[in-house]
Order: sequence, then structure tokens, then C-alpha cells
Amino acid sequence: MDWVNAIIQGILLGGLYALFAAGLSLIFGVMRLVNIAHGDLIVLAAFLGLTVTTALGINPLLSIAIVAPVMGLIGYVLQRVVLNRTLGDDILPPLLVTFGLSVIIQNGLLELYSADPQKMSAGAIETASVALPGGLNLGILPLLMFVTAVLIIGALQWIFYRSAWGRAFRATSDNQDIAQLMGLNKSHVFGLAMALSLVVVAVAGIFLGVRTSFDPSAGPGRLIFGFEAVIIGGLGNLWGTLAGGIILGVSQNIGAQINPGWQLLAGHIAFLVILAVRPRGLFPRIDG
Amino acid sequence: MGSKPVPEAVLEIDGLDSFYGDFQALFGVSMRVERGEVVAVIGANGAGKSTLMRSVTGLLTNRPEMVRFGTAQIGALRADQIAHMGIAMVPEGRQLFPSLSVEENLIIGGQAGRPGEWTLDAVYSLFPVLKERRHQASTSLSGGQQQMVAIGRALMSNPELLLFDEISLGLAPIIIKTIYEALPDVIGTGMSAVLVEQDITRAVDISDRVYCLQEGRVSLEGKSGEVSREEISKAYFGV
Repeated sequence: MDWVNAIIQGILLGGLYALFAAGLSLIFGVMRLVNIAHGDLIVLAAFLGLTVTTALGINPLLSIAIVAPVMGLIGYVLQRVVLNRTLGDDILPPLLVTFGLSVIIQNGLLELYSADPQKMSAGAIETASVALPGGLNLGILPLLMFVTAVLIIGALQWIFYRSAWGRAFRATSDNQDIAQLMGLNKSHVFGLAMALSLVVVAVAGIFLGVRTSFDPSAGPGRLIFGFEAVIIGGLGNLWGTLAGGIILGVSQNIGAQINPGWQLLAGHIAFLVILAVRPRGLFPRIDG
Repeated sequence: MGSKPVPEAVLEIDGLDSFYGDFQALFGVSMRVERGEVVAVIGANGAGKSTLMRSVTGLLTNRPEMVRFGTAQIGALRADQIAHMGIAMVPEGRQLFPSLSVEENLIIGGQAGRPGEWTLDAVYSLFPVLKERRHQASTSLSGGQQQMVAIGRALMSNPELLLFDEISLGLAPIIIKTIYEALPDVIGTGMSAVLVEQDITRAVDISDRVYCLQEGRVSLEGKSGEVSREEISKAYFGV
């Protein structure tokens, strides 16, 4: 039963990893930008959540209502003021600039919040659980996070393939010049894509901060999980990203079940095995 | 036809010098398109035709006063701003959005939200085959059908000025004939048009006036019915 439990907990954890990955995948899909600061932005959202929660005395899960729009705005401004200037035929400038951004965010957070690990408490919901047959207990909070992750990925999928925004994202991703001829301002389209990405980051950051403790240097680790989930699932496929997150979460929990020290190692090994066997991921987007 | 007493220019290009980095592609090109007029631009490969199209649509920026659209100076505007003002282009090689279905390609053509007679239904009645294939991926269509989508996509913005960049390139002659037969329906509605072509006969047949470019300069300009084949060959090849 311990094993079944480990797998179920791994699946639920996978939802969080999928949230780490979804924003990363969206940005890469729309503008071919690899955002090295993505993990640090997740941690930034967690700290923003902490500040809002302590200042207003509200449940951290409710702070999403404030942190998400703030992160979205940060995303739009960041894209228009900084990142749009780095985009071009050369892929190196955006890598370097987002790497620099990562360093700036980490040190800024260190300056403001110190290096102490922080945690947000969501109250009684953290310990609530439902009993499943066979003596298994399913935590309400992990379940809630997983369901939210699935809903968010479904919503992103809908936006990308069914809405006018998504049409603009796909058109701009296909051919920037011709998209401009259609009256789409690519700077604005990219700004909207980054805003959407950071709204997802906000939810991921708050969930992270409720689930585990975090500190200013926690970002790069989350970035790696996000990358791994994206690559396992296949670039450009959001449901694949969810599957990637789940595979990563399950592998980590199985590793931890064997030996607590093997949790991260097992996740990385699963990633490497999939990369070796299916270099394009499990569900690569069929290129038209 | 420019038969009004004082012809009104829709597009006026004045001493346009265009550069790709340090490379100069156009040298002092001047050109005029009057309201309702169809102007053909001919020239060999590398004569600067595509550069001219990129300059008019804003994909290449120049000094503001070098390109005028009506009374507005648009030489330094971005392509999306110019699109909103009412210039659309059917680009060379069609360049449909592969991630979008046929219908989505048309819808995004109307993205600028300019009102007018061209709607999805109007495009479908011009090219009925597109309606049958509206939900297919644009890449699954034949070359000729893709060209219809590209033309429909440009029409959807209800432009005042429509640019056609090498629409016969890479298509079978029978398809080219079909496309050209549809053109009068397209530009007969008071729209002005610039038609870039390598096929001189077609260009001269369909246009009111013709410009020939050679090595980035205008080498010939005249009424399509009045310029002789000899003048055109001389301007085209520079012999």
C-alpha cells in the first residue's frame, strides 16, 4: 500500500510540476524564448503571496486573487520594456538577459526577505484528507492543487486553440512578419503571452509556498522541474506537459520510497531515460 | 482609370531609398497609385519589387515622408499600424499560417476590424471551394486554393489598397488563369491595387499603368496600353 500511496501522491505532485512547466511551454511556443528566470519568478510570486497574506491576514490561497493580476502586469511590462528587445534571429540574447534577470530576482529577494526559509499556512485545509478504501488517505490540499492544475491547463489549451488571443499567439508564432501585416502588434501579442505565463506562475508560486518551504534560492530547482516536465511531455503540447509533470512527480515519489535520498535523482533519471528513448518527448506536437 | 479631372493619389512614393542593413536595394523610387487604379510593377529577380512591397507595408521602415497613404505619412510606421489604416498584402509564396485552419486564416485577416463588404461569407461566395474546406489545416490545400485563402485573408481587412506580390509564382498555368479571372471581382469594387508580377503579359493586360524596376530604380513608367513591348524589354533587361 505504501507504493500505491507513493504513486498517488506523485500524481498529485505532478499537477504542481505541470503548473511550473505550462508557462514556460507557452512562452517558448509563442516566441521561442527560453525563460531562465521562470523558476525565480515562481519564487517571486510565492514571496508576493507571503507579503499579501501577512499584510491582509488572509488565507494564502485567497492571495492568488491579488498576486495573479500583479504578476500578469509584471509579465506584460517586463516583456514590453526588456524582453522584446532581446528577441531576434539570435537565440543567445534572451538566454543571457533572462539569466541576468534570474540573478537580479534572487538577490533582490535575498535583500528584502533574507535567506530564511519561509512557508505559508493555509490553515485547517492543509491537514484535511479523505479516506480511500484500502487505508489510503488523500490530502484535500494536494487534491485541490491537482484539480486546479488540470483546470488551468485545460483553460490554457482552450485559450490557445479556441480564442482570438490564441489565434494571435499561433499566427505570430508561425510568421511574425505576416502576423504584423494582419494588424497584430507583435510586441503587444508577446506582452500578453508573458502576462498569461506569469498569471500561471502566480498560482504555481502560491501553491509551492503552501506546500513546502521556500527561500530566495529555490528558483533554479523549480526551473529544472519545469523544463523536465515540458521535455518529457513533448514541446508545444500542454496536455503532454501535464503528463510530463505527473511522470516526474511519480518517479520522484517512487525514488523516495526506495530511499529518501533518491527523490530528486529518480526524477532526473526518469527524465534522462525518456530523453534517450524519445528525444522529442512522449507527445510531440504534430508539425503541420 | 484616372479619368477624374484631378486624380487623387491613394499611395504616393517619393524618392524612396530602402536599405537592408548596409545594402541599398532601392534608389530614389517614386511612384503613384490613384484611387481605383490598378498599377503593375514588373522587373527581374532582384530588381527591388519585394523591397518596395515591404517598404509600403511597413515591414521595412524608412523616412516618414517617403511613403504617403492618402494624406498620412506612413514611411516610418509599423506594419500593424499601416494594416489598420487600410493597406493589405497578398504576400509572395502565400505564407498562410500553418497552425491555423482555413477559416482562422481568414478571420485573422479581418483582425484589424475594418468594416466593409468583405466578410467570411463574401470570401466564401468568391471562392466556394474554401467553404468546403474551412476547417482543414491551411497546409492541406493545393497551391491554388492556398492562394485563394491568401487573397481572401487580405480582403478580410477591407483594404483601400491591396498589394499582390507575385501571385502567379509556383502555380500551374490553369490555376493562374482561375486566379486572374477572379481578380476583377476583387478589385472592381473601388479598391486600388498594386500588382507585382514577373509575367509581363498578364501584368500589362490587367493594369491601368505599369512601372518597371531595374536594379532598384524605376526604368519605365507609362499607361499599360501605350508602352510597347520593345520599351518594356529594354526597361526590364536593361539592354
